[in-house]
Amino acid sequence: MKDNLILVQRLNAHPDSRCWFVCWSPNGTLLASCGGDKAIRIWGREGESWVCKGVLEDRHERTVRKVAWSPCGNYLASASFDATTSIWKKKNDEFENLVVLDGHENEVKCVAWSPSGNLLATCSRDKSVWVWEVDDDDEYECSTVLNSHTQDVKHVTWHPTQELLASASYDNNICIYKEVDDDWECQATLQGHTSTVWSLSFSATGEMLASCSDDRTVKIWKEYPAESGQGNMSWKCVCTLSGYHGRTVFDVDWCRLTGALATASGDDAVRVFKEEPSPDPDQPLFSLAAHMPKAHSQDVNSVAWNPKEAGLLVSCSDSGDIAIWRFQD
Amino acid sequence: MSGGTQLENANPVIFERSGERLQTAHDEDEDVHDPIDDREIFDMIRSINDPEHPLSLEELNVVEQVRVKVDDNESNVHVEFTPTIPHCSMATLIGLSIKVKLLRSLPDRFKIDVRITPGTHASEDAVNKQLADKERVAAALENSSLLEVINQCLYTKSI
Repeated sequence: MKDNLILVQRLNAHPDSRCWFVCWSPNGTLLASCGGDKAIRIWGREGESWVCKGVLEDRHERTVRKVAWSPCGNYLASASFDATTSIWKKKNDEFENLVVLDGHENEVKCVAWSPSGNLLATCSRDKSVWVWEVDDDDEYECSTVLNSHTQDVKHVTWHPTQELLASASYDNNICIYKEVDDDWECQATLQGHTSTVWSLSFSATGEMLASCSDDRTVKIWKEYPAESGQGNMSWKCVCTLSGYHGRTVFDVDWCRLTGALATASGDDAVRVFKEEPSPDPDQPLFSLAAHMPKAHSQDVNSVAWNPKEAGLLVSCSDSGDIAIWRFQD
Repeated sequence: MSGGTQLENANPVIFERSGERLQTAHDEDEDVHDPIDDREIFDMIRSINDPEHPLSLEELNVVEQVRVKVDDNESNVHVEFTPTIPHCSMATLIGLSIKVKLLRSLPDRFKIDVRITPGTHASEDAVNKQLADKERVAAALENSSLLEVINQCLYTKSI
């Protein structure tokens, strides 16, 4: 099973530091990484190998926790422990810092762009999720502060096609938000994990959502039509992947090309799960398709499928390195 | 440590310190693979200073060798510590000091779990969750005033 995941390249991306997160550009040609060294690095392919194309530094005063590309690929957002989010604009091969978004009381943990690119969400240890509106003049305005979580918010992600936002928290819950009559509201609270929810990923169609947790499980949630009399939407846990991970699961990524689900774990391993044909659509089945036990020498913090090249996977670790893998089914 | 202020636990029970580790011929043989054992981990943390008393964690019985479990092959270390009183507000700071000491002393391959001895603190679950969250620990360690307090706890006095 180990043979299904082949190492393409290993990069010492953030030496003597942690690499917290990796993210592919929408066309799959660039990779952004960030870490405890307060820097963001941009990687691109030259011939057969991936090389560093640029370093974005001297902007954040503390750890850069996560980065996100805009859907058009021309902007990069970075979330930092310094309580700010930066927007970078790509000009030819250079990135320039366009704007700094202030407002959160402390560490910003995650940032994500809506599918249209008109909205940006950030979340923080201050327990809030902020939705920012982006206009054509590159102006950013906070339109909503959402306070549905009772603890540190770890992750935010948007539905692949709709303006539907999901957040994951240290309070063990997941919240789903939607704009109703010009006002953002929490439409559903997904309860089931027994410890911190670290990350989320929607399936290609957005009908299902995968979550991963400090409770060492991955859960699959499915949207159902609202029950009669209730305006809110309803999400139910339809599958729990339990017993596979030795420690905290820090990240999960659902490939929009192949449907494969990759996980990053504190047990140093990268795993890939595939959905099996199931007689009941309300009870999907997943099987372990690949397991790389020592993918990194320390905790694996993030995994991401290339959006254009099926099976190309990237992972990063506390050891500061990035590994690029090819998953062959 | 803090002179005029009210101490949370003004008269702690003081425990005797254990002696130095006895060296055997086996220990001195450079050719023998020498895995890290419980005593070695205990020696790394026993002289950490208590944040409010001029005493070590060992003297306050906050750490004990029996509550240290290391598995060198599996690269994991598990330490339980016992706050002196069930409402000790220093519990997170003490746990963080133990964690930082081990992070700095052990090879990177080790997974370090620091938890409160079950049943010995009113907010045991909350403190354990905080100590296990590496993102929050990383953020805490970027706070220079907190880091200074931790470094004071880790500073070993010359005897």
